[in-house]
Amino acid sequence: MSDRDLIIDRYKDLLKTYLKGKSETALYKGQQFSRKLIEQQISPDDVLSDHVSVLHELFPDMSEELKDSFDFLLEVMIGYGFAYREHQSLRTRQRQLESEIEVAASMQQTLLMSDVPTVDGLDIGVKSVPAKKMNGDYFNFVKDHKSVSIAVADIIGKGIPAALCMSMIKYAMDSLPEQRMQPNLLLENLNRVVEQNVHPNMFITMLYGLYDTDLHEFYYAGAGHEPGFFYRASEDRFEDMFAKGLVLGVSRQTRYKEYQLRVNLGDMIILLSDGVTECRTSKGFIERDEIVDLIRAHMHKPAQEVVESVFNELERLQEFELRDDFTLIILKRKV
Amino acid sequence: MNIQSCVEVCNEWDIVSARQLGRNMAKELGFGNVDQARITTAISELARNIYLYAGNGKICIEAAEKMGKRGLKIIATDNGPGIKDIRKVMEDGYTTSGGLGAGLPGVKRLMDEFMIDSVVGSGTEIIATKWLR
Ligand SMILES: Nc1ncnc2c1ncn2[C@@H]1O[C@H](COP(=O)(O)OP(=O)(O)OP(=O)(O)O)[C@@H](O)[C@H]1O
Ligand SMILES: [Mg+2]
Repeated sequence: MSDRDLIIDRYKDLLKTYLKGKSETALYKGQQFSRKLIEQQISPDDVLSDHVSVLHELFPDMSEELKDSFDFLLEVMIGYGFAYREHQSLRTRQRQLESEIEVAASMQQTLLMSDVPTVDGLDIGVKSVPAKKMNGDYFNFVKDHKSVSIAVADIIGKGIPAALCMSMIKYAMDSLPEQRMQPNLLLENLNRVVEQNVHPNMFITMLYGLYDTDLHEFYYAGAGHEPGFFYRASEDRFEDMFAKGLVLGVSRQTRYKEYQLRVNLGDMIILLSDGVTECRTSKGFIERDEIVDLIRAHMHKPAQEVVESVFNELERLQEFELRDDFTLIILKRKV
Repeated sequence: MNIQSCVEVCNEWDIVSARQLGRNMAKELGFGNVDQARITTAISELARNIYLYAGNGKICIEAAEKMGKRGLKIIATDNGPGIKDIRKVMEDGYTTSGGLGAGLPGVKRLMDEFMIDSVVGSGTEIIATKWLR
């Protein structure tokens, strides 16, 4: 017996049961059965034709007119069959497209993410974990003989547009080598690029900093980005690293302010995305103080271990359900 | 064995004749009710395209045979304007009726074999075959 015959048989049984008792149970079974039909991609015109052949079997004395009327109904239902089949093929196509987009977006991202550089005198740790396939956080390091620059950005938007935006930012930054040394000017230029090219419902926050490895000065500017922390070893104290400045792409005229920090031995620069501070636990949002406590608890370790430990801890607190992209970067002066 | 019957299509009534021809042949070949109805729908679609876009042309129906399989072949030909972008036309959702699953992609999905050949300015030929299961 073919699958098809089995289905017709089952249909016949269910129909007979219903005709006998007219019970809700039988109808419920019919409903369950329809799920199975849909699963097996049986189109509505086929179901109708099965119904008709079962009727012929159960009621051989049906009038000719009644029989013929089913031919008419069948003709009408054929169109639904066409529509059903189109729906199936569009659905398959959509799934394909979605997974292609996902693959493309994450591939592109892997290409854009820079490696973490090894810098004399600095211990650098980076942890960036996407909540979904595509990471809305972006970081970039550029190193030369006397400095290393760091950009941390959060792109508020999804999928392809966000991925494209990310590459735009990377290439825009690469094409602004003169501004690399001046964080506020770099943001001003980047802001103009974003303002001209990005859809208004997409926002980008960024913190850009330059670490002078000769002088151990850190210059930075921020565009609406989650403030980082600065750990002053001499006072054993964490400070907020505020940087006033509008989100990128809002207004062409935005100006950014440059800040400067003197970095002494043992001091730490901590940059993050709001995915770190907006961790939601059963007790509500994590406070920035709690992040500081977490860092403090691990800060005797190498920078990479610190960021890993903080991430693991926060992941545990959120019951392993990351709601937002997480990026945490620590730079520690070691000599 | 391969006798071909054709219907000239130049108005809406001819579409009905083409359907009738196809249905008779499908019945003869032993297609079930649903397949008969599907084949006639496919014929309608092809004939309607000829009527709407080419003005006139013809629909031929013949019995087909291949490797022991038997089936029905529809050949729709016209000397109309032809189709510029066949790939686009074969995309789901492109038809003017939009999203009803009909049109050329619907015909293609329904039939087991589908071949379209169209030259802009000189005409279109579509050959579609459905095999008996
Ligand atoms: N025989 C033909 N000659 C010239 N152009 C054709 C022919 N058949 C189809 N086309 C072109 O291909 C397009 C798509 O045809 P198709 O039958 O898929 O959809 P439709 O006729 O636009 O809408 P529907 O058939 O769903 O009502 C038509 O709009 C027409 O431009
Ligand atoms: Mg059409």
